[in-house]
Amino acid sequence: MKISIKRYSSENEPSAQSAEYRLELENITLLEALNAIKTKIDPSLSFTAGCRSGVCGSCAVRVNGTEELACGYKLSDGDLIEPLGNLPVLRDLVVDTQKMLKFNALARAWSSSNSENQLLLPEQVESNELQSDCILCGACYSACPVYAVNEEFLGPFALTRVWRYVSDGREQDVREKIEAVQSQGIWDCTLCNLCVPVCPQGIAPKQDISMLRGKSGVMGFMDPNFAAGMSFSFGGGPDFGSPSGLKSPGTS
Amino acid sequence: MVDVLVIGSGGAGLVAAIAAKESGASVTLVGKSFPTRSQTSMAQGGINAAMGNVEEDSVEAHISDTLKSSQGLSSEASVRTMCEEASAAILWLDSIGVPFSRTQAGKISQRRLGGASGIRACYAQDYTGLKILHTLYDQSLKMGIETLNEHFLLNYIIEGEKDARYSCGATFLNIRTGEVVEIRAKSVIVATGGYGSLFHGFTTNSTASTGDGAAAALRAGAKLSDMEFVQFHPTALKSSALLISESARGAGGYLLNAQKERFTDELSSRDIVARAIADEIEKSGEVYLDIRHLGETFIDHELPQERKLAIAYEGLDPVIDLIPIKPVAHYTMGGVDVDETSMSCIAGLFAAGEAANQKVHGANRLGGNSLLELLVFGRQAGKNAALYAKTAPVFTAQSEQIIKDREYIQTLREAAVTMDFYEKRASLGKNFYGSAGIKRNEKRLEELLKSVQQLQEELPLMGAQDKSLVYNTNLVEFLEFTNMIELSQCLLLGAISRKESRGAHYREDAPARNDEAYGGHTLCWKEGGELHVELGEKTNEKGKG
Repeated sequence: MKISIKRYSSENEPSAQSAEYRLELENITLLEALNAIKTKIDPSLSFTAGCRSGVCGSCAVRVNGTEELACGYKLSDGDLIEPLGNLPVLRDLVVDTQKMLKFNALARAWSSSNSENQLLLPEQVESNELQSDCILCGACYSACPVYAVNEEFLGPFALTRVWRYVSDGREQDVREKIEAVQSQGIWDCTLCNLCVPVCPQGIAPKQDISMLRGKSGVMGFMDPNFAAGMSFSFGGGPDFGSPSGLKSPGTS
Repeated sequence: MVDVLVIGSGGAGLVAAIAAKESGASVTLVGKSFPTRSQTSMAQGGINAAMGNVEEDSVEAHISDTLKSSQGLSSEASVRTMCEEASAAILWLDSIGVPFSRTQAGKISQRRLGGASGIRACYAQDYTGLKILHTLYDQSLKMGIETLNEHFLLNYIIEGEKDARYSCGATFLNIRTGEVVEIRAKSVIVATGGYGSLFHGFTTNSTASTGDGAAAALRAGAKLSDMEFVQFHPTALKSSALLISESARGAGGYLLNAQKERFTDELSSRDIVARAIADEIEKSGEVYLDIRHLGETFIDHELPQERKLAIAYEGLDPVIDLIPIKPVAHYTMGGVDVDETSMSCIAGLFAAGEAANQKVHGANRLGGNSLLELLVFGRQAGKNAALYAKTAPVFTAQSEQIIKDREYIQTLREAAVTMDFYEKRASLGKNFYGSAGIKRNEKRLEELLKSVQQLQEELPLMGAQDKSLVYNTNLVEFLEFTNMIELSQCLLLGAISRKESRGAHYREDAPARNDEAYGGHTLCWKEGGELHVELGEKTNEKGKG
């Protein structure tokens, strides 16, 4: 079997180049192939991996243009392996993970204030069980086309994480969470759905973003683009209850 | 200078950092990868607390089960602390948003794990560790804890003289740039996880579980204890060694031999079940886990990850197929020897989680007690380190450690490599599984020790072939390998010295437990470049080391 890996090193190979590897192995995962190359052919090949079982989120890459976990992908002859998109490549298949993770903090993706010892029915927990299956592998981030035009977009995984906490029956401060995703957040998503099929955990960030939009509407927030259009066409007519305390994440 | 430096950003490190910050200390959390990529993400089954949400249970029963499973090698005081704090720890996790599975009455649901007299393990499907870890990470962001990722621990910075030695920070290799840097601190918490990767290819662990913090502690002159005690998980997938949670058996799963007959009590403690499986594989050639009778609805609801893993890695669906399994290395009970405040014998050097030996698991850990340990004692370590930092002596002079470590890394960059450590790592794992695994005997342990000592001597011929500065994982893996070589000798010396069988340490040539001679903890330390091993007195109180 023959595969190609896009390699880059600021020290040795300043422009990314495809390297071809011939493997005498069949029916193996991409991670097994990467390990075989590193330990037997070229120890300088750089990639990250950990659990081998799809829960640590370390080994996401692109195979023939589609995001996959190396540990879960069964290799085929002729596959082209590249690093995740939308992120600076540090070396070979290793990207600047730090850059995408900063959006968790910007989106305030955490439990703000939980009621104590609250009873929750199984169906309440199950309704957002999937969102907390996220392993932060970055597949959705890599597939998101919004970054081509807006580098500050909070992005699919951070917004899924926010929906996880917003939809939690224990959360007491939903407004704070909703406010934090108004700017560079839910309204900047194009609902293109590209983040959905690439998630190794079967999460649908697009749906979670739609849910956040719905919740925002109920709480009196609205799409700023739409709102701008409204005020233009209505010439600043009746106030439909514009959101109070609408702030960008940096100022709240 | 930071008050508390936490090294290792998995579950224990995050809890320690959060607790230290809450105590008013300035905190820096450093890890070789990222918090959510740590071993904690792989914990599946649950976290024990005698909450009695499903059936009546008591703290005393939890204590008694834990002591029984530890086979006389735990500290009753530590076990008591852990079990008494358990319910409060669960409620804290609930308060920060961990999505525990629930009972019909809306309470946190619980299930049975091996060796437990009650239905005691709180869980979030079979993603308990993953969901706890991510929720802790989110809290660390909320609290603004300063986190430094992709920094590999080299050594602790130690000041002072023989009997008054102080931990004052640590040196790291910045993986992204190749620079050696130091972080000065008034106290240090080691939360770098276990050393299960020694059993390379025969462990459920992440490849990152290389005991870096414990190895650095050994080099710094701290004591390690009970390093020979390695837990083998009874049910890992046969070909990939990936974990199938004990909750599969807790829910009523069977173990079957090649003749499709049950051969053991599936819910005994892990040491007993693992040996029974190993015996049966020797006899009949194959052992299967059978959960077909639990039904698809139950499996998808309670064990979704298990089904996914079996399908992906064995090509078998547990709903309709028997799953071939084998026991592999899963958890290392030994670690940095700590006292009742979680501090090692070096002042200001604390340890928590799998990296520490807090003496709650003894010779065999109970399922559901490791997540609990990292919560209760991670919190304790964080609080105590913050308290210690308030009055810690401050050393401001330039340390020699960073100069030495820069030279060492430079030497590795320049050295010619004539021997391949990847090949050695693979054979080390195989040999450890064969000779220092589920069943041991003196002859094979001695042979293995000789080959490891040989490897130690050959280390200068190995090193990293990749000489780059930026993201040199070849270099990082070599450094991890040297840590494993150091710890493997502690494990072997302990296993050779302990001429008895107890919990996970089973000697074919001494199958009985011998409290008279071996009732105490095994201590291991380095002095003048030599490794020393000593079996402590039998005690039910915490050895101060």
